[in-house]
Amino acid sequence: MELLIFAGLALVAGVSGLLVVVQRHAVYSALFLILTMGALAGIYILLDAHFVWVIQVIVYAGAIMVLFLFVIMLLDIRSEQAPWAAPDRGRILVAVLLSVVLLLELGIAVARRFVLAPAGGPAVARNFGTTQTVGRLLFTDFLFPFEITSIILLVAMIGAMVLAKKRLT
Amino acid sequence: MRVPLEAYLILSAYLFALGVVGVATRRNALIIFMSIELMLNAVNLSFLAFARFLNSMDGQIFVFFVMVVAAAEVAVGLAIIITIYRNKETVDVAELNLLKW
Amino acid sequence: MLSSLWLIPVWPLLGFLWNGFFGRRIGKTAVGTIACGSVGLSLLASLGALGKLLARPAEARRVEQVLAPWIGAGNFQADWGLLLDPLSAVMILVVSGVGFLIHVYSIGYMREDPDYPRFFTYMNLFTFSMLMLVLANNYLLLYVFWEAVGLCSYLLIGFWFEKKSAADAGKKAFIVNRVGDFGFALGVMLLWTSLGTLRYDQVFAAAPAQLVAGGGVVTAITLLLFLGATGKSAQIPLYVWLPDAMEGPTPVSALIHAATMVTAGVYMVARSAPLFEMAPLSLSVVAWIGGLTAVFAATIALVQTDIKRIVAYSTISQLGYMFLGCGVGAYAAAIFHLMTHAFFKALLFLGSGSVIHGLSGEQDIRKMGGLRKHMPITAWTFLIAALANAGIFPLAGFWSKDEILYGAAAGGYGGVWALGAAGAFLTAFYMLRCYYLTFEGRSRVEPEAAHHLHESPPVMTVPLVILAVFAALVGFVGVPPEHGAYHRFVEPVFAGAKQVAGHAASVGEVPMAILSLAIALVGVWVATRFYVWRPETPDRVVGRYPGVYRTLLHKYYVDELYDALVVEPIRRGSLWLWRRFDEPVIDGSVNGIGALIRVGSLALRRVQTGYVMSYVLSFIVGVVAILGYFAFWR
Repeated sequence: MELLIFAGLALVAGVSGLLVVVQRHAVYSALFLILTMGALAGIYILLDAHFVWVIQVIVYAGAIMVLFLFVIMLLDIRSEQAPWAAPDRGRILVAVLLSVVLLLELGIAVARRFVLAPAGGPAVARNFGTTQTVGRLLFTDFLFPFEITSIILLVAMIGAMVLAKKRLT
Repeated sequence: MRVPLEAYLILSAYLFALGVVGVATRRNALIIFMSIELMLNAVNLSFLAFARFLNSMDGQIFVFFVMVVAAAEVAVGLAIIITIYRNKETVDVAELNLLKW
Repeated sequence: MLSSLWLIPVWPLLGFLWNGFFGRRIGKTAVGTIACGSVGLSLLASLGALGKLLARPAEARRVEQVLAPWIGAGNFQADWGLLLDPLSAVMILVVSGVGFLIHVYSIGYMREDPDYPRFFTYMNLFTFSMLMLVLANNYLLLYVFWEAVGLCSYLLIGFWFEKKSAADAGKKAFIVNRVGDFGFALGVMLLWTSLGTLRYDQVFAAAPAQLVAGGGVVTAITLLLFLGATGKSAQIPLYVWLPDAMEGPTPVSALIHAATMVTAGVYMVARSAPLFEMAPLSLSVVAWIGGLTAVFAATIALVQTDIKRIVAYSTISQLGYMFLGCGVGAYAAAIFHLMTHAFFKALLFLGSGSVIHGLSGEQDIRKMGGLRKHMPITAWTFLIAALANAGIFPLAGFWSKDEILYGAAAGGYGGVWALGAAGAFLTAFYMLRCYYLTFEGRSRVEPEAAHHLHESPPVMTVPLVILAVFAALVGFVGVPPEHGAYHRFVEPVFAGAKQVAGHAASVGEVPMAILSLAIALVGVWVATRFYVWRPETPDRVVGRYPGVYRTLLHKYYVDELYDALVVEPIRRGSLWLWRRFDEPVIDGSVNGIGALIRVGSLALRRVQTGYVMSYVLSFIVGVVAILGYFAFWR
């Protein structure tokens, strides 16, 4: 049953991921990326990552991708010609070949190395991955990095405003 | 039937390779950016799978931080793209060759 | 006072720092006050230390303090350590006492100089370094401050560096000293490799046990140390820098090149007495070099016409006496002469400075004469100093010089004694010649200078008078000879060093003193005859021996000889290396590498296409390669 669900979600994620890359128009890419992220969120549930799948949907699929769509519409970009059009063809071929090699290498690494636990993983505590657990960890063991992230976000906020402003006064 | 660790990792590797293809082949800066997001998601999947199979919360915490950094990166990155578009009327990276010799 | 020896050298250091950083802002009065005050505080601290030292019994007059560890590497250990014993007590009193008077004098002498703060900054740095030099308790610290005073000497000789001759003189002093210091450094290294320590007390304790008396090692060590002393104290063959050093301001000549720094070599030899006593060969080298220098420099001084150069050659000659004293084993007498010499030679320099000041920069004694009427204080003090230098009873120089000569005669060094006696005659002659030509007779001053002719202000004459009192009376601390208060104080330092007790030859002390006084009086008489009673005599003598005169005037052509033998070959060799080696090989290889990179870059820059995608692609290639390495080979 679990395997079936995983297979379905993986299929959705895989196909829409491919479509993100090959779409001519950025809007379609963005929409398919949202779909990919949604499917991944489903897989996160299978991995008992309850808090993470929620923020995957809210932050990633929601906030970040909406930002993408805003920008795409703001810029009003005409659809480019087919990505595999003439001048780039050689480079695209090389890139795809390299990626295949990369995938093979990763596959070999996976096949060789990991025999961690039987399928499905070990039994975990009931509160594994819940918001409570994550929150407790963030405010105890990871307090300092957690506070640092607020600074990163603040800096990013200021930086984005400074960069995107039409004219600095 | 339970799902083996390898299945998650293969899916992660596949999505990552897709992201690489996107970054390497596309000329639209926005799509390149989205491909990078795809790669980040692939890595997150690996983290979560390992976290589950090692019975350790560290992976999930790390994913949380990856998402924060991704959010910051998107904000700044999109701002840069807007600025570029405003100056050059394009987001085609092939036309951004100011660093040429 | 004895529990905190660092109080003695620290004041000039503070003065140096304060004047060095803020000297330009705080005004001349403040600069002068700080500089003199800091040396004055050192003088007070030194006097306090002397008092405490005197209060102790003779065998306990030795204080050693380690302020901080400095270098500790393996079994090598050197500390910031201070040592106060009667020898260094005499030295710090001379340095801070004479130094203080010269600082005060400088306030007047340097008043018009725009670089007033810089002058006092250097002077304070020098005083600090010199105090540390004599207070150091190990050879390495001695060496460091030996170099520091050399640096100050360089800076102060070249104080008016806009003048080429001054800059050259500074360089010459530095380079000539380099030769001597090289020997000194080798000596210190040899000392460490053979004894494993550099602290005075440990060295002198270990030397008799670990070195063969009269053997090669101890002879090599002492000769190398003495080579350093010949450089710093201007002895044959490295004396050539001192006459040129007169390019510096006159107070500098008085402080560094008469009273203190140049005596560092004598101090070092005296300090190393236990080592020198183990090497008879080195001792006789020291004695003979000292004696030869004493006569050699005195003969040159006979015919010089620059007032400061006469005094400079006189300094070389007197330093020769001090080494003569060390060489014959009369260390206490040598240090005694060092002390008296500091007073009367500083006075001679300051007096000539006063003359130069009054004559608006004129230094040629042929253009002086009759100055006594215009500057009586300067004239009288100069006369006292000249007679003290000539060794006339009962002035200071008589007691100390006589004691050295007596030491030579009593020690059985007949040849050296003869040199010393000849030197004494010459000294009396040239000192009086200098005095007569400057202050007596008819005035040969150029009209323009005569117009401004004036006695110096009190800030300059008061130090002159004080120094004159000392130059006249300081000899009495050593009366009666060999048993005076001075000897009871200093002699114990050298008591352990002496290997042969008593005197080898039996000569009476009083007859010897009368003999040396008679020699000096003959010199005075000849000078008076030459320059007062029969002023035409000098020209007649010159007319009869023109070759001798010319040789002396050109200082035996030693500078020319050194130029031909040392400077010119090195210059030629350097030129050859520059043209044939430096330019083609070194520059060639450097430029060649540059050209290679240029050509390579022309080809490589095509990599910078400016296309982001190409960069991404190469990035991916790298990732694939690294991953491949981990996937397949690890």
